Amino acid sequence: MSRKFWALKKSPWVFHVSAASCNNCDIEILDALTPKFDLERFGIRKVGTPRHADALLVTGVINRKNISRVLRVYEQAAKPCIIIAVGTCACNTNMFEPSYNVVGPFDKHLPVSVYIPGCPPKPEAIIMGVVKALGSL
Amino acid sequence: MNELEKEIQDTFKGISIKRHSPKRVYIEIDKEGAHELARFLYEEKGCRLVTATGTDTRKGYEILYHFSMDKTGIIYSVRTVVPKDNPKIMTLASFLPATNWIEREIWELLGIEFEGHPNLKRLLTAEDFPEAYYPLRRGE
Amino acid sequence: MKTIIPVGPYHPLQAEPEFFKLEVEGEKVTGLEINIGYNHRGHEYLAQRKTYEQIIFLVERICGICSCSHPFASVNAVENLAGIEIPERAKYIRTIIGELERLHSHFLWVGLAGHFMGYNTLWMWFWRYREPILELFELITGNRNHYAMMKIGGVSKDIEDEDISSIQKTMNELEAKTVMFIKAILDDPVIAARLGGVGILTKEDAIKYGVLGPTARGSGVAIDVRKDDPYAAYDLVPWDIIVFEEGDLLAKAKVRLLECLESIKIIRGCLEQMRKGEIETKVEDIPPGEGIGRHEAPRGEVFHYVRSDGSNMPLRYKVRAPSYMNVPSNEVAVKGYDIADAILVLASVDPCYCCTERMATLYDGNKKLTGKDLLKLSWKKTEQLKKKFSHSENKLASLL
Repeated sequence: MSRKFWALKKSPWVFHVSAASCNNCDIEILDALTPKFDLERFGIRKVGTPRHADALLVTGVINRKNISRVLRVYEQAAKPCIIIAVGTCACNTNMFEPSYNVVGPFDKHLPVSVYIPGCPPKPEAIIMGVVKALGSL
Repeated sequence: MNELEKEIQDTFKGISIKRHSPKRVYIEIDKEGAHELARFLYEEKGCRLVTATGTDTRKGYEILYHFSMDKTGIIYSVRTVVPKDNPKIMTLASFLPATNWIEREIWELLGIEFEGHPNLKRLLTAEDFPEAYYPLRRGE
Repeated sequence: MKTIIPVGPYHPLQAEPEFFKLEVEGEKVTGLEINIGYNHRGHEYLAQRKTYEQIIFLVERICGICSCSHPFASVNAVENLAGIEIPERAKYIRTIIGELERLHSHFLWVGLAGHFMGYNTLWMWFWRYREPILELFELITGNRNHYAMMKIGGVSKDIEDEDISSIQKTMNELEAKTVMFIKAILDDPVIAARLGGVGILTKEDAIKYGVLGPTARGSGVAIDVRKDDPYAAYDLVPWDIIVFEEGDLLAKAKVRLLECLESIKIIRGCLEQMRKGEIETKVEDIPPGEGIGRHEAPRGEVFHYVRSDGSNMPLRYKVRAPSYMNVPSNEVAVKGYDIADAILVLASVDPCYCCTERMATLYDGNKKLTGKDLLKLSWKKTEQLKKKFSHSENKLASLL
């Protein structure tokens, strides 16, 4: 395994991107960082800027207004950067697909590596998904 | 009919008041009357604007202004219809700031113009949203 | 020198466009521009193409934190339209779910307010005590969030007898801790200095903007749908509405904290009075007509309007969330206060950030400040006040 990926695997930094979501997945991601579930014991750190991120945790659906922001965040993220879609909305737009404002699931616009379905996925599921994503590196 | 409803009946012409259930009253009136009735309910009777609903119906574009009389828990919904070939009505935002956003939304999604609105521009949709596409119109 | 600062306190997303644009002169805020739409998914458009049962699932996902509020208002609207009466046990169960939600939502807000002030102990404590409530939800309904309990004509699941003791135990624990923490928070001189007299929304402005929920009740406007237009079991159990006159951030915080205790009272009242019985009535077709349903969500009144033509899909479905009325009032509430306080004032209406939106970025001016910078300004102010009152967080920390 290349040195870069080995370093990534040791302590990946994640940046949380919320597109148009109901925020349940966002709260469950924050819950995964609290002591009860503690994502940090896997070395995972949440950072405040996409430039330092190894992985993007994305939630919600992309709509006509937030698409430019989401794409810009991905552009700004340091590469390689894996995208982890958290929640059914990020995986396949859930029930919002027929809406005039929704522009398709995340993987239509960005390369998603890992899908964690659920509405919302429990913190345990989020941890399992992130750990599996790291294991696949 | 309670006292308030009797007063409304006596004060406004061309009005029709229907009680659907104990706490839900629908008042139908023309668009000029709707402006006056809204002012009467808010300024003189202390009702609170809950929101406004715009609907595309066969008769025209119907606007319902929902007012709540919190003391009694009754919602008075003032119904007025604007014609589809000239969908305009005077804004309530000049005396009631609470209508500012909802009138922008109704304009954006249904295409009704609120004359005199201080800031009639897009609220929910992006700048590059298609012009003259109103998602809540039934023809769309 | 006028500067424009864009703010989005909930998410460190650094890209355009702006959510809140603060106009600032020196250290004081002189104006606010609000820009929403990043969350707009078109629920009303979708609802016209879904059946009434599907709509309950659709509207549940408007907001994750007040997840039962929209379904509650939705079933109230359809039941108003069709004149459906629900069985008594269903009324109590709906009320219990609604109040448990209010508890976890207010805890979330207090935690966030603590984080914005720089009191991370408060944040961790209140978020930790949300967990037993979410576990209760999982026990009763099967899911921590998005519980799918509301159904036209009743509720979808019953509360089993063996679960009642878990609910009572959790309520006792939460009540004891909440009372203790309320006293500690209200005695703390730094919190009083940060929140007292800041972000005042006058009663007059509260009425002009039509604000709702704790934002209104903190400014002396005594409105609460549960008292004004009772539904479910809210007029069957004893409880009090909480109102304060000052209109500042401390008043809003006090309303939310004391409402937690009232919620515990309501839940206990329901558990005591609930008798065995049916949990739903059979519903045939929804006749043509219109209906209005409301619910007092943690943030204020949720309003749903439905119009039916007799088929299984509505002609028109209107949703109005409370933050829609509360967020515009920030235009007046934030003016004249320090930039360091801006983040607290914007958070004080408890915007359900899915009902309003998120953030963004960097803008122009000679100063460049981001949301994170504003957070740091707020923390700095707290540190200065702590030194002034020679105070540490030990009192709060010692309660853990």
